[in-house]
Amino acid sequence: MLYSILIYGVEGVFERLPADEQDAHMKKHTDLQGELIATGQVGPIVQLMDTTTAVTVRGDPPGSKEPPMVLDGPFAETKEQFLGFYMVDCATIEEAIEIAKKLPLGVAAVEVRPVQWFGGLPMDPAGDG
Amino acid sequence: MADTGRIDAYIRAARPRALAALTRYFGDFDFAEEAFQEACLRAVRTWSADGIARDPTAWLIIAGRNAGIDLKRSKQNRPTELLTDNIPDTDADIEDEVVEQLDSHVYRDDVLRLLFMCCHPDLKPGDQLALALKIVVGFSVEEIARAFIVRPKAMEQRITRAKKKAAVIANALETPSPKERTARLSAVIAMIYLLFNEGYSADHGETHIRISLCEEAIRLARLLLRLFQGQAEVMGLLALCLLHHSRYKARIGDDEMLVPLNEQDRDLWQRELINEGCVLIEKALRKGTPGPYQIQAAIAAVHCTASTEEETDWHEIERLYAALQVIQPSPIIALNKAVAVSKTTGAQAALDLVEPLSNQLQNYLHYHTTLAALLIELNQPEDAKQAYQKALSLGPTEAEARYIKSKMASFDKKTLH
Repeated sequence: MLYSILIYGVEGVFERLPADEQDAHMKKHTDLQGELIATGQVGPIVQLMDTTTAVTVRGDPPGSKEPPMVLDGPFAETKEQFLGFYMVDCATIEEAIEIAKKLPLGVAAVEVRPVQWFGGLPMDPAGDG
Repeated sequence: MADTGRIDAYIRAARPRALAALTRYFGDFDFAEEAFQEACLRAVRTWSADGIARDPTAWLIIAGRNAGIDLKRSKQNRPTELLTDNIPDTDADIEDEVVEQLDSHVYRDDVLRLLFMCCHPDLKPGDQLALALKIVVGFSVEEIARAFIVRPKAMEQRITRAKKKAAVIANALETPSPKERTARLSAVIAMIYLLFNEGYSADHGETHIRISLCEEAIRLARLLLRLFQGQAEVMGLLALCLLHHSRYKARIGDDEMLVPLNEQDRDLWQRELINEGCVLIEKALRKGTPGPYQIQAAIAAVHCTASTEEETDWHEIERLYAALQVIQPSPIIALNKAVAVSKTTGAQAALDLVEPLSNQLQNYLHYHTTLAALLIELNQPEDAKQAYQKALSLGPTEAEARYIKSKMASFDKKTLH
């Protein structure tokens, strides 16, 4: 079964941690990534940009002829923001939880949520910025 | 259990919002600051033992209100029963009430007011920045004194005086009219960019302090954009700061000398900041309300996305400077446009644009260095030398002087051959 491990935290907190704590956090990520790549259990790993870069597209009520609205900002104003996710292949939710525990949890909370369907093709991110 | 580094990170991130809300609540900035300090002490005590609150900003606001009420009581010299600082995270009623406030427009105006307080027109630019660093960012007086290279005692006096003047704005709690809000926003944007430039342009002070000034300016720009999500110029401000800051590792050489753009190692540029800056400009331009920050950010983006100096799209830069000149006519922008023209059309065409600026920019160092570079290209070494000498006479910084002299030396060598 595929599980997503969704990471939430307050934007702007991680970067205010002392440098050695930031490094320790990042090391947990890279260690876990190395581990998961070695076991072949990992799919996409995504870090999202700041929510200020987001736009939200909303459709009008059914029957309306207006085009969808594009609003600046994230879909929901929340205390904690969705920062990124891992997708992992695990036999049981217990195993996924054990993986989630290896993430740096000092300034983040993670949600383990099974994936119903996964499709699409691998992609090369445009490197030109 | 939470360590102090983590607690400090949450408190600093919550500071502008919490302090702004407390100022509204008490209607007195000085008192709000006092209550906030006390709330921070309570946060350190409680969070060290029980872990960090689920909503640190709301927790600090509630604790700050309680602390303020305690302070008032003790000042009235009545026997006090201290309100508990143990605020249950599960008390949904209180938190919902506070969270509602955080989302409202009133609250947005509170933070804007706090920032605008630092832009009081009677304050000199340097004092505006010192005040913003002290109040909004939460720097210590010692840190600010180091950034501006003054004695802590003198800095403390400056900040106290500035605060006294500016508190009038913080304590004025009327809701600003849309026109007033726009004016406040422009003033705050300018102040944040000034703060960024204090770190970016200064060639004095310790490198890490200068970098932290840039980072704090970027944080303030992010805060402002979170509150005013649809404001294209705020997007432009953040993009501009991110794009400039993306190059800092390449800008400062091993000897602490500034490395000019065309000589920087582009591998040291931070791609993630460049990407974010570019996205923000794209977002801003969709709004169809161009402004000087957006255009300057777009120019920075053209530089940042060129993989080599040669690949820079100078035609685009020329067009953008032309647009900037329409919105914000200034001889310095005309000079920058001429530099782009020298790349697209040639040195002679650029010189024809530069020479008419001579009167207006007689005392502007970069006018003379630009002129000199064009004259070298046009093989007029004597005139170029004069221009460099004029530049040296205009009090360049040490780094600039070294750079100009190295240019003169290299071209002396060339003319010998």
